Amino acid sequence: MSLLKTLAEKPWLPPMAGAGFAPPHGLIPSAAGRTALKFFIAVASVIFFLLTITFLSRTQYPDFQALAGEPWQPFSNTSQLWLNTAILLLASIALRWGVVSSRQQNLGQITIALVAASLFSMMFLFAQFAVWQQLYSLGYFVSSNPANSYFYLFTGIHGLHLLGGLVALARCTVLFTTRRDCTQLNRGLALCRSYWDFLLLIWLFLFLLLTLSSASYRAIAVLCGF
Amino acid sequence: MKIALALIFLVVLSVVFHLVSPWYLTPIASNWTAIDDTISLTFWVTGLVFIAVNLFLAYVIIRYRARQGTKAAYEPENKRIEIALTVVTTLGVAAMLAPGLIVWDEVISVPEEAHVVEAIGQQWQWTFRLPGDDGQLGTVDARLVTVTNPFGINPTDANGQDDILVDSNELHLPIDQPVKVLLRSKDVLHNFAVPQFRVKMDLVPGTTTYLWFTPTRKGSFEILCEELCGLAHFTMRGRILVDSAEDYQQWLGQQPTFSQSQQVVAGNPEQGQVAYTMCAGCHGQQGEGNQTLNAPKLAGMGHWYIARQLSYYQQGIRGRHEKDIYGQQMAPMAALLAQPNAIADVSAYIQSLDSGPATDTLGGDPERGQGFYYTCGTCHGAVGQGNRGLNAPRLAGQHDWYIKRQLQNFKQGIRGKHKQDVYGVQMLLMSNILQDEQALNDITSYINTL
Amino acid sequence: MPHTAIADQPDESHHPTKFIWKYIWSQDHKVIAIQYAVTAIFVGLIALVLSGLMRLQLGFPNTFSFIDPSAYIQFVTMHGMIMVIYLLTALFLGGFGNYLIPLMIGARDMVFPFLNMLSYWVYLLSVIVLLASFFVPGGPTGAGWTLYPPQAILQGTPGADWGILLMLLSLAIFIVAFTMGGLNYVTTVLQARAKGMTLMRMPLSIWGIFVATILGLLAFPALLVSAIMMLFDKLIGTSFFMPALVSMGEQLDYSGGSPILFQHLFWFFGHPEVYIVALPAFGMVSDVIATHARKNIFGYRQMVWAIVAIGGLSFIVWAHHMYVSGMNPYFGFFFATTTLIIAVPTAIKVYNWVLTLWKGNIHLTTAMLFAIGFIFTFTHGGLTGLFLGNVVVDLPLSDTYFVVAHFHMVMGVSPIMVLFAAIYHWFPKITGKHLHKGMGNAHFWVTFLGTYAVYLPMHYLGFLGVPRRYYAMGDTDFIPDSAQTLNASITVAALIVGLAQLIFIFNLLHSLRKGKPAGANPWGATTLEWQTEHTPPRHGNWGTHLPEVHRWAYDYSVPNAKDDFIPQNVADQDVVMVAVPETAPLDVSQQAIDLGPGEPS
Repeated sequence: MSLLKTLAEKPWLPPMAGAGFAPPHGLIPSAAGRTALKFFIAVASVIFFLLTITFLSRTQYPDFQALAGEPWQPFSNTSQLWLNTAILLLASIALRWGVVSSRQQNLGQITIALVAASLFSMMFLFAQFAVWQQLYSLGYFVSSNPANSYFYLFTGIHGLHLLGGLVALARCTVLFTTRRDCTQLNRGLALCRSYWDFLLLIWLFLFLLLTLSSASYRAIAVLCGF
Repeated sequence: MKIALALIFLVVLSVVFHLVSPWYLTPIASNWTAIDDTISLTFWVTGLVFIAVNLFLAYVIIRYRARQGTKAAYEPENKRIEIALTVVTTLGVAAMLAPGLIVWDEVISVPEEAHVVEAIGQQWQWTFRLPGDDGQLGTVDARLVTVTNPFGINPTDANGQDDILVDSNELHLPIDQPVKVLLRSKDVLHNFAVPQFRVKMDLVPGTTTYLWFTPTRKGSFEILCEELCGLAHFTMRGRILVDSAEDYQQWLGQQPTFSQSQQVVAGNPEQGQVAYTMCAGCHGQQGEGNQTLNAPKLAGMGHWYIARQLSYYQQGIRGRHEKDIYGQQMAPMAALLAQPNAIADVSAYIQSLDSGPATDTLGGDPERGQGFYYTCGTCHGAVGQGNRGLNAPRLAGQHDWYIKRQLQNFKQGIRGKHKQDVYGVQMLLMSNILQDEQALNDITSYINTL
Repeated sequence: MPHTAIADQPDESHHPTKFIWKYIWSQDHKVIAIQYAVTAIFVGLIALVLSGLMRLQLGFPNTFSFIDPSAYIQFVTMHGMIMVIYLLTALFLGGFGNYLIPLMIGARDMVFPFLNMLSYWVYLLSVIVLLASFFVPGGPTGAGWTLYPPQAILQGTPGADWGILLMLLSLAIFIVAFTMGGLNYVTTVLQARAKGMTLMRMPLSIWGIFVATILGLLAFPALLVSAIMMLFDKLIGTSFFMPALVSMGEQLDYSGGSPILFQHLFWFFGHPEVYIVALPAFGMVSDVIATHARKNIFGYRQMVWAIVAIGGLSFIVWAHHMYVSGMNPYFGFFFATTTLIIAVPTAIKVYNWVLTLWKGNIHLTTAMLFAIGFIFTFTHGGLTGLFLGNVVVDLPLSDTYFVVAHFHMVMGVSPIMVLFAAIYHWFPKITGKHLHKGMGNAHFWVTFLGTYAVYLPMHYLGFLGVPRRYYAMGDTDFIPDSAQTLNASITVAALIVGLAQLIFIFNLLHSLRKGKPAGANPWGATTLEWQTEHTPPRHGNWGTHLPEVHRWAYDYSVPNAKDDFIPQNVADQDVVMVAVPETAPLDVSQQAIDLGPGEPS
């Protein structure tokens, strides 16, 4: 509602007491980073949102064969995916730990947290790749069915986002090793943490979405009015 | 100052141009006068706003331009004016929208009594299908499309057997009867548009769309594809002939059903060989052609192409033009193939003859010709092998002087202008990209190398 | 990562001195803006030449043998794509957005200068990839700028092998570049405003650019997604958009995909894209009009609301591009309604521009001429939009030249009018020199009258039913021969307009060296960019102290003030007032006009 209040201001009149002024000292770096990240998360969300919409409408075409629902389908057993989820969760936790330890300026813990976060993130990527290979060996090729196409597409784009995050994390790490500036590191890690949380949420959503049965897709489609 | 006068001038010019313009909606030939009325209404509303805003703007510029001693007013906002303008605008918008939506509801609600026609688009041709006596169209699938089943009709579906096939870009419709046109595409997006009928709709591969209208005026109306569908998009033309009910029934009776089209007996080359003896006099024993007699090479041409040309000659679709001297010679010869299967037999025999490469007699520049050929090759094949799916004949091996003459004939409208020459319009339009003699020589030289 | 290198530090040590760091690998928003602008204008000129070639074919068919049907639709495609994305989007946001945001809100630079630099170089890469498609086998894609599958990736369309791949790749790269720039612009507007610069004190230019950037950030992903999916279809053989079909007589392996899905995605991007171009134009023209009319913008709040409302509504009108696409026909009711609703805030903007001039003190500078030209062309283009937005009226007109004329009026001519107005307006700040007025006015008159001569008759070709994207009409039953005469005259007008742009280019180059010195604030403008210590502003923009903002952006002709403008950074106690306003009002205005804007003749 504060936006509506802002938009109702009459700027040609003298400002009323308590009218919101921009920060007196110009830029606050952490605030800028947070704003940018929020917008980037919005951008990424739109990508996944649009893919989801197109996916849901595509599930209703006769040639669509869900990847789960029947015993012989690959994601009727989701243990591998749960394992991957756990790995990504660990990466996310490691980053939280990194944020805390950088606030406390505990160099030892910072190092462990950074190593753990990057290691788990990379492990997640490899594990996702392993799922691809597994699907491939079972004959679920990218183009053989739209459900497969979407699985590769969704996980691929999700992986690319994580890869981008890793680049940012690497930059934080490099800056830290040269400057030893815990405040700066803390700022960077806080952003990484939010981004990893976002990617974890997206992954959980994709996990759920991609392992539904045909009947569930039908129900969702009816609900959404496709 | 000048700018204010210019604004006034442009407003007056626009109004005058609108009033005297000979270029406006083509006379309507369907029931959709309501659409025209909505357009007129929109013109009134938007026209008044256009005149009012711009004349006021011109007045303001004249009245309030900077002069010695002038100063602007200070008025951050004026709620009264803003609200009044918002209300007026909203009313104007509603006045256009409401009738529009009412008419749209009619456009998408097909009347019960409408009869059904299916229009099928492919790059860059139209064909049509009508339900047979059972009143139902058979199921179709793009995967079933073959050269002998170009409509992709499901042969196991009983409903499809009596479907009436119009393997031509010309459709007849009875006057004053509402028609629902189902739209289907075999390859890419197309659009079924007849300017005089006002309604149009895309053809989307993988799904069926529709539109409906009632033709209200007899005559011939062109179908244009209005959704970019590739290189030859602009040549994708068809025709609707609105007939009286009797004429329509007569036309309908001449069209084959699906089952009839599947029972056509393939031509017998041995029978054809006998008939060919009279062709051999000019076209040569091996169908190699003869320049002194102006007879093209026939050997290796697809039987479907030969058959189509022979029947065109028989029906006077080809070889009737007064300037088509050699075509006029051919027409009576084609008439001799009067037996029911004679054309099929002789065409089959001709296809079986071996074709060798032709010699270059025109001396064009094949490299330059190759540049032109990109367009031709889209239909006729990268090596001029022809493409039956697109009804494009083989070019490779044909004599250059013959190809050149035909291109000239197309360019001058000597060939291809007859309304029943289904694919003529494509060549009429396409031959125009070869603008001079040199271009014709170059392309034929290139075709010689294929 | 937040990068604060110079955003708020006046420290001279950060200022690069070597040529390469100062002008090539620069992180200064002003240099990046100029890099964006020069690149965009360069590709824009290529697109202009392409349009000239198209017009030659349409006006004089069968005359130019090098324009064959495939070349023609390749020109159509590249002209459209370059103009919409690589010229207009890049110039408004990458060019003017970059230049104006930090200066107008009183920041030293963008919040992330390195990212900003990267954004330009990635944009340049996308341009190079795009132009490379002219040199690959088969040439650029000829799928139309809408790139509709299936034909975009099938034989029978020029460039279906290489051209389309490069196009999709280039778009993806562009979107990356835009996202880097866009995150920067929104963050800078939200976080780096000078003290006292509340949102509602921002000039409308910033509002337009800000909302347009948000639209871009949220809309471009749709194009990215559709580009990626089409690349999959083309390269891996998936069937996202590709149904079972027979191409050129051959059965392909695709099955089940939906071409209409692509159209939804494309227009979910494509319609906001219209406003990504239009909103900055709306904002910038507002500032030009207010400054040169010496009057506050009429209904500032309504203008801001309209920008926000249009931005929001632009996401729910996309399918009005698809009335005849074969989508569910009931969508027509919804989208026709939303589309006509969006006309209301748009109309309010037009009224407010005119009402700003009303009771103003109008100086007919070149920038003002272009701004007035914009009001005219935009009114015209906006009103014809009401034809196409109303679903039944669209039926006979869609895919005809009416559509072409409409969107060129509203999205081609109008924003370009604003671009010119903006260039004539801000050039003195960017270079410290005035553009030559005589050449500027000549450029305006030919462009303004010429474009109307091009597009007014074109609407009527559309009424006739002449389809767009046709290489040649040939003989038809229903189009009179006179239509060809009309087409030829349109071509002549278009070529004249195209050539007139040479005056503009010459004026730019000439004035850069020999233009009259402009001084810091030649128009007597209130906004912050005119209050810099140096002109052109140096790296860091503000010398030692950031400006502090005390008022809104439109204090023109304030009663009783001595000058007819009060800059935003002047505090109330520093405003010079005139005595006894009641008894001697004439003297007041006399003094005011003397101090008004001057322009060298």
